[in-house]
Amino acid sequence: MGSVITVVAVALVVAGAAAGLFWLVRGRRGFGTPADRAAFATLHEASLAAPPLRDGLNPDSARRAARHLRALLGTPALAVVGDGELLAWEGPGRRHAPAAVEHAREAMESGRPWVVPPEIVECGDLDCPVRSAVVVPLVVDGLVVGALSVYGRQVSAGLVRAAGEVAHWVIAQLELAELDRSRTRMVEAELRALRAQISPHFVYNSLTAIASFVRTDPDQARELLLEFAELTRYSLRRHGQFSTLAEELRSVDRYLRLERARFGARLQVDLLIAPEVLPVAVPFLCLQPIVENAVRHGLGPKPTPGRVTIRAVDAGAECRISVEDDGVGMDPEEVRVQLAGEGDGDSLGLGNVDERLRAVFGDEYGLVVETAPGAGTKVNVRVPKYRNGVRA
Amino acid sequence: MNPALGLAALALVLAATVAVGVYGLRLSRGTSDFYVASREVSPLWNASAIGGEYLSAASFLGVAGLVMAYGVDMLAYPVGYTAGYLVLLLLVAAPLRRSGAYTLPDFAEERLGSVAVRRVASVLVAVIAWLYLLPQLQGAGLTLQTVTGAPRWAGAVVVAVAVTGVAAAGGMRSVTLVQGFHFWLKLTAIAVPAVFLVLAWRSAGSPALTGPDVPRFAHSTVVTLDGQVRFDVTAPVTVTVRGTLDGTAYGRGPDVGPGNSPGGASGSGPHDPDSASTGAGTAVRLGRGQHVAGDGTRLGFPAGAAVPHRDGLKPATGAAWADPLSGAGGRSHPLYAVYSILLATFLGTMGLPHVLVRFYTNPDGRAARRTTVLVLVLLSVFYLLPTLYGALGRVFAPQLLLTGRTDTAVLVLPQLTEAGAGGRLLAALATAGAFAAFVSTASGLTVSVAGVLSQDLMHGSARGFRWATLLAAGPPLVMAAVTAGLPVADAIGLAFAVAASSFCPLLVLGIWWRGLTDTGALLGLVTGGGLAACAVVLTSVRGPGGGWSAALLEQPAAWTVPVAFAVMVGGSLLTRHRLSEDAVDRVMLRMHLPEEVGAAEPLPQPR
Repeated sequence: MGSVITVVAVALVVAGAAAGLFWLVRGRRGFGTPADRAAFATLHEASLAAPPLRDGLNPDSARRAARHLRALLGTPALAVVGDGELLAWEGPGRRHAPAAVEHAREAMESGRPWVVPPEIVECGDLDCPVRSAVVVPLVVDGLVVGALSVYGRQVSAGLVRAAGEVAHWVIAQLELAELDRSRTRMVEAELRALRAQISPHFVYNSLTAIASFVRTDPDQARELLLEFAELTRYSLRRHGQFSTLAEELRSVDRYLRLERARFGARLQVDLLIAPEVLPVAVPFLCLQPIVENAVRHGLGPKPTPGRVTIRAVDAGAECRISVEDDGVGMDPEEVRVQLAGEGDGDSLGLGNVDERLRAVFGDEYGLVVETAPGAGTKVNVRVPKYRNGVRA
Repeated sequence: MNPALGLAALALVLAATVAVGVYGLRLSRGTSDFYVASREVSPLWNASAIGGEYLSAASFLGVAGLVMAYGVDMLAYPVGYTAGYLVLLLLVAAPLRRSGAYTLPDFAEERLGSVAVRRVASVLVAVIAWLYLLPQLQGAGLTLQTVTGAPRWAGAVVVAVAVTGVAAAGGMRSVTLVQGFHFWLKLTAIAVPAVFLVLAWRSAGSPALTGPDVPRFAHSTVVTLDGQVRFDVTAPVTVTVRGTLDGTAYGRGPDVGPGNSPGGASGSGPHDPDSASTGAGTAVRLGRGQHVAGDGTRLGFPAGAAVPHRDGLKPATGAAWADPLSGAGGRSHPLYAVYSILLATFLGTMGLPHVLVRFYTNPDGRAARRTTVLVLVLLSVFYLLPTLYGALGRVFAPQLLLTGRTDTAVLVLPQLTEAGAGGRLLAALATAGAFAAFVSTASGLTVSVAGVLSQDLMHGSARGFRWATLLAAGPPLVMAAVTAGLPVADAIGLAFAVAASSFCPLLVLGIWWRGLTDTGALLGLVTGGGLAACAVVLTSVRGPGGGWSAALLEQPAAWTVPVAFAVMVGGSLLTRHRLSEDAVDRVMLRMHLPEEVGAAEPLPQPR
């Protein structure tokens, strides 16, 4: 009895593990006519080749994509040639690999597909399947960046056609990679724009506030000046798209100290920070514009003392940050305009932060603003604790 | 035990947990003191938090139970639990912190750039967490049953509902504070009764713990059995019976009237008010050999009688009990078992889902090292106490060896040694500590696993997190409700074994060996984790057994860990072509370059 249960249990565990592994490795497969299955297989190979190509053309991506491209074309061997060097050789007949660059030269110079005849390719070994080749140049944005060389026993018209189509598809992927890169560059450019944008109001106000202390309280004035210097140093630093939440909060803390020198008891600040989330990587300068918005637009126009509350809590796989003020609030429509990036230059902050958060983490991580006239404002930020490639 | 006091203790622990979790965040007010406050989660508080989350049912109840039943060999568990932190510190803590990975699947993805490995790691995290949660919930059931007589599943449900409720509602805002609080609660709950226990031992004339004699009843004792119990009598003894013994009904039958705790383990000492109401049953002479007693049967033993041991447990003299590797208590192959336990706990600690994240609370590596030293000190102090309970349990509550419920020693001993209200209060304190152990470990695990599951299955939405919480706590709850289970500390040991044979190779090789490939890691994780998991399933299906096969299955780490390492290394060497030197360079540099060098920030140049 016991042994039967044992055997059944083991069988179940092994079968479950095998099924899980199979599902993980192979993905789910459909059923259908042979033509359907062939189409599925082709699409599947193409989808496997796409991710490496989206990193651009380099030896690593070419090596990983070449395997699937060869399967896609069903040829004995395939080479990916870059600018004057061989990036990857896939399939048998490796002894031909050193000559691949030479084979591709004509096509790359002319920018047109080129068939390399057996006289040039053959090595004399009768069993070697690498006898002739069709070479298609990879032209991205009018520039020849490499070539796809397809080797086989003989080059048929069908193979030339197929090689051309596959090359077009590869070019499309490389163009997408280029697009990704320019998007990243755009985000970086925007970040630089935001950095330069430490608010002129703030600089002016801080310096006058400090000036007012110079006679009455020189120590205080000196300390504030040092804070100001540290804050500018952080805001103007040049490297890195990301910073830790701890550093961001430290910078916000400095900013608030300077503002308190001006507002005095009218500005009260609560910070409730869970220590677990302090090392989380966040986009550089993502909190200060929000806090600045709360102080300038929320509490600035308010005659009575106001309070800004900054919270950061641990919520499973993400960190939730909120900045809340009990100031005059905003018109939701105005907030919508700002977040859409249509506002005037004066309040670019929120829209910029929103856009950068979306660009880095995806659209579901945009800012969420809760506000109404007279009801204060609460801005919520969610940041995943870990995201591949995001690092302070 | 007084059920009202026990329930009050439970309610207090839960209320205090929620209160600290929700209001504890008010670290600071005003800007000037904020930075100091947030930066300074002091190493001591941090260490308390680590200890609080780490000291689970296994530590609070299980260690005492195993030590009582199987002797000093079982000290391998507390030693291993503690030393596991040292291994973690030496090999893993700092590089992992620098890698920026918050969870084990994060690390797998960061190091190997493979989504498949990430998924396997996520599945393993869930499996390990379930294995770890199961004994917590079983321990909760056992505790509530001992305290109030509620059915086994009730305590498990209470803890599971409390934990998932708080976690899903977004409570536990600052886990560090809650867990730190729980550590000191647990330490108090086990240390204060221990003082009285030692005093009682002294006033009983310091009976020898390591003498040549087997455990005997010090006073005439009535033992109420919970469920059917098979036990072995080594020396003929005359007992009074009410209930069923060897198929014959005696006396009025099982008495389950109010006021009688069917929680079984409360054997009645001379102080116990129950003993007056226990009418003498029929006198029966028990010969040598095995006997079977039915559910609810009461057996009255005369003073000085040798304690019959439950089936599967061998009586051991005090000397044998205190002799390492003597196999006291009837476990086979003690040498192999001890080394296997040590290997599992040394290497398994780093693979527990809820442990790593605590290291992120340290502001820098220096604080992380101090924290670890303090963790070692705190854990060492704590683990002295369950050992004490285990040793003194053989003197004061030997009937637990008959009922087989040695896991309740920590709960039962305080009221057996102290008469009246004092004893009840001490017992309530111990109960509070036990529930703190279940709640803190279970909530830490549930939150970590729900984080991993929601990220990988539900793409990290807030609602997904709530569902993931249910998914994290549901399966172990069902299993806890339907299975009786292993001794608590053994069950935890199996979770450690799975962690040691899957994540330990991944972490150690991933951090210290450039050659690890995604395929090798995948094969190693599946082989090591799979083998250990199979051993776990087999052990829980078969129950305790003898011989080599049982020893290999009950303590699988000694063979699964080397196999996992071998497969991971072998698989990586065979798939060397998959290595991308650039990617490995980047990750290795990030993990091994000290923060100070990496963070050196160039000053903005004057234009």
